[in-house]
Amino acid sequence: MNRALPSFPRTWSRSGASFNHHVSRRDFVRVCTMAAAAVGLSGSAAAQIAEAAAKGLKPSVIWLHFQECTGCTESLLRTSAPGLAELVLDLVSLDYHETLFAAAGHQAEAALKSAMAQHKGKYICVVEGAIPVKDGGVYCQIGGRTALDIIDDVAGSAGAIIALGSCASWGGVASADPNPTGATGAPTVLKGKTVVTIPGCPANPYNFLGVALQYATFGTLPKLDALGRPEFAYGRTIHEHCPRRAHFDAGRFAEQFGDDGHRQGYCLYKLGCKGPQTHANCSVAHFCEVVDAWPIGIGSPCFGCTEQAIGFRVPAFQTVEIQRPTPPDTYPPIKADQGHISSIATGLAGVIGGALIGGGYVASKTLGTAPDDEGDTPSEV
Amino acid sequence: MGISRRIALKALVAGGTTSAAVALGGSTAEGATVAVAAPDAVGLLYDTTLCIGCKACVVACAEANNLKPDTAWSDGKWQAPLDLNAHTKNIIKLYDDGTARSFVKHQCMHCIDPACANACMLGSLKKREFGIVSWDPTLCVGCRYCQMACPFNIPKFEWENAVTPKIVKCELCRHRLAEGKQPACSEVCPRHAVIFGNRTELLEEAHRRLEANPGRYVPHVYGETEAGGTQVLYLSHVPFDKIGLPDYGPTAVPVQQRTLQHGIYEGFAAPLALYGVLAAVLVRNRTHAADGVEEPK
Amino acid sequence: MSPHAHAIAPDAAPLGGPLITKPMLPIGVLAAVGLAAIAYRFLFGLGAATALNDGYPWGLWIAFDVVTGTALACGGYAMAILVYIMNRGQYHRLVRPALLTSAFGYTMAGASVFLDVGRYWALWKVPVYFWHWNLNSVLLEVALCIMAYMVVVWIELAPAFLERGTTARSASLRAFSTRALPLVNKSLLWIIALGMLLPTMHQSSLGSLMLLAGPRLNALWRTPLLPLLFLVSCVSMGYAAVVLEGALSSTVLKRVPERRMLAGLGGAMVPVLVLYLALRMADIVWRGQLSALFAFDVYSVMSLIELTLFALAAVMLASRRRRADLGHLFRAAIILIAAGALYRFDTFLVAFTPGAHWFYFPSVGEILVTTGLVALEILGYIVLIKLFPIFAGQSRSTALGAA
Repeated sequence: MNRALPSFPRTWSRSGASFNHHVSRRDFVRVCTMAAAAVGLSGSAAAQIAEAAAKGLKPSVIWLHFQECTGCTESLLRTSAPGLAELVLDLVSLDYHETLFAAAGHQAEAALKSAMAQHKGKYICVVEGAIPVKDGGVYCQIGGRTALDIIDDVAGSAGAIIALGSCASWGGVASADPNPTGATGAPTVLKGKTVVTIPGCPANPYNFLGVALQYATFGTLPKLDALGRPEFAYGRTIHEHCPRRAHFDAGRFAEQFGDDGHRQGYCLYKLGCKGPQTHANCSVAHFCEVVDAWPIGIGSPCFGCTEQAIGFRVPAFQTVEIQRPTPPDTYPPIKADQGHISSIATGLAGVIGGALIGGGYVASKTLGTAPDDEGDTPSEV
Repeated sequence: MGISRRIALKALVAGGTTSAAVALGGSTAEGATVAVAAPDAVGLLYDTTLCIGCKACVVACAEANNLKPDTAWSDGKWQAPLDLNAHTKNIIKLYDDGTARSFVKHQCMHCIDPACANACMLGSLKKREFGIVSWDPTLCVGCRYCQMACPFNIPKFEWENAVTPKIVKCELCRHRLAEGKQPACSEVCPRHAVIFGNRTELLEEAHRRLEANPGRYVPHVYGETEAGGTQVLYLSHVPFDKIGLPDYGPTAVPVQQRTLQHGIYEGFAAPLALYGVLAAVLVRNRTHAADGVEEPK
Repeated sequence: MSPHAHAIAPDAAPLGGPLITKPMLPIGVLAAVGLAAIAYRFLFGLGAATALNDGYPWGLWIAFDVVTGTALACGGYAMAILVYIMNRGQYHRLVRPALLTSAFGYTMAGASVFLDVGRYWALWKVPVYFWHWNLNSVLLEVALCIMAYMVVVWIELAPAFLERGTTARSASLRAFSTRALPLVNKSLLWIIALGMLLPTMHQSSLGSLMLLAGPRLNALWRTPLLPLLFLVSCVSMGYAAVVLEGALSSTVLKRVPERRMLAGLGGAMVPVLVLYLALRMADIVWRGQLSALFAFDVYSVMSLIELTLFALAAVMLASRRRRADLGHLFRAAIILIAAGALYRFDTFLVAFTPGAHWFYFPSVGEILVTTGLVALEILGYIVLIKLFPIFAGQSRSTALGAA
């Protein structure tokens, strides 16, 4: 927990390993600024977020867990040095969370019911994990109810629905072939409802924070793409804002793990990096708030965890097409050789030419020896 | 016959804009006059000393013209055409001989008296508004005479299209001009190495740069007179022939052929006369045969 | 000799015999392979079927099939000049076979144009959209003239088809032919005049075509005399083609060759060749290209070979005695055809310089299409001479050839 990173400014609270409940106003505002910046809101928005939180106007969050590994929650908890987890929980009112709750069993269920009733139409429903639909959804049941029932119930009276992580967004690892449980993402189950999806395995916590805080403060959601993904985070492919892009453009690739190129930090495209087809912002918002703590940053090709067509589907080391190719940093010469000469054609032409000439000569010989038709008198023109 | 031909030609020019009519009408009737750019002729001025080879113009051109990036030579990785082709209307090339180094942007030169438009049988390639030479798919048969004619080797053909191959070349983003925007390449260039404007003004700017910076450039504006004058102009710090701009004289390329052809066929008089002579000889020979006059030998 | 006379006393008759014979089979195979190659071109496009590229957009199909092919098909034109204008009636029995060669040659050239252009389905617009005609375009004139001449040359052959029609089994066909034949014969004079005007126009314009390449046409070929040089050489090639066709058909069909007439044609070629050589040399000297002619680079060597072949043909044909030897005459004709073909190949492909970084040599597909079309031509020719009165009879008196 006490990593000393010279390049990372030591502005967080100075405590050691334990939770520190004392958070300075400066730290608080700084977190709000980061969250606002992550979602592309202006600096003044940060102040508004902080103000709203300080007033105790914290939005209610009901957090559902289904077929998940809890990695997205864990990711959210690692948003800073100790203390920030508490901070995040102070910005919102986490009224139901199976992992973080001390309560269990009927007590937890009761909390869920009362939160739903108290904040009906206003609470943020966060979904983590996929929803199995096969065989009536028996493969995930909590308190005797299937995931399908729970989500229909909770999402039914939510103000906003956020599907956090690839599992909730489109099924994630749970939906990998042959998908025996019929694991499905929340948007497909909640057809017709607006579901903000924040895919990733795990999702980048600041993407979630930005969306949640914008909704909490302004009651609005950021601009979403056709799959419900906020465009501020998923508008570009990794390839389009990767720090190793200059290596790709220059044709410098790692050919094998551990080779010279790999050690030099060259582009991982040939090792199967799915960056060119994966929409995400991991390249600019790293994980665990450690610089370069993201797959490509540590030398592992992106495996496309946010994309349903790629993550857990396309083999790890299979290269993908570049969707919007751009020029490399090399140039064509003023005159590049173009056109080719087929040796077979040349040979064929030679054979035909030779046959015509040879045949013509032979024919002319036979003509010369044929009998005359009207004597030797030469003709006049 | 000359005047009525000029009128007929003006009528042929659909759209009847001044640029096209002046460029064609002025030179066809007399055949030998050098065409003059129309006052509203637009063009580009490209300055090699400003270009950094970023290729933003290549990307912008492909996007603005709905062209699929040419990744043939790079195994799908990069938009890296070797030359202008059916997917590439604009390209940046590099000249580097070890001592001198220059980027160069290549695209259609929009000649004042274009050889390609002279060649085209039905006028598919034609000089239109603002002197822009553009291609009309409804009149093209794909004969590729334009490719034979162009001194800069610009029109490219869609060889891989089996049914509806197109002739592809820069058209100065006519569709953008119609919306009041400038061509994509000049709009995106971060250093204004290529700028768009009225040809006369661009020429003035080019000469201003030459005078203000002696020693920086080869002291000549390429396109001012070459091949009869082009609407795309170049300033360069290396000799023009090194960057793929050949040393052409001031006579427009089509002039010799046009003069010869019109000299022979002006008003269709010669063919009609020849037909008359041939028919007369045939009639005379038939008359003689009917009269029983034996032909000699 | 008037066309009227030839119509009245046609000593021509169908050769008869089985339509398909064994020697035709290998030609048939070539034709079939050519048709397959044509299908490939239409299915997969020019890029796949040919070696053409943006540097060399015109290749074998233009340089040979269209430009050289039509020059070789100038037999009808050349014979018409000799027989109907210069009144050498004794050659009239060579006219119909020459016309048939011309008809097939121009049809093959037309087919090659259809294959070569990328948007062949729009070709009909060229003659129809007259309000779009670019009168500056030499290619337009060439296209319209060739299209018109293709029609004219088959009309010139119409008497042969109609004559056969008068003895057809079908009564309606007999009636139609009997009524139509005199009408066609009456207008034949005007058609023949047209059949001499049109080749004069387009054969010369085929030369003018390459002038538009301007600075990209090598100086040894870039001359305003191109139309005249193409016209003169095509007349000589027309006669050579008639000699070739006459000698070959007599051998293959086991007929007695028309030695005297063919020798006479050989004599006719000499002044034409001398004219061509004089014009070409004068042009090269006048434009200051003599040193270029002897620079011994590719351009110089090809020009020298051209000139040597033309001169060799002229020398071979100069002697009346040697001309009487049909084998010698045949060889001279081949050399002349090679010379004319080489001049055209050089003008369109060798002298055309898009830059040293461009490469072109015809692809296998292009070669197979060309040989296939020639094979089809030959097969068509053989079938038609068997069915229709094209060739003259073989009696001694008719061979002496008076009107």
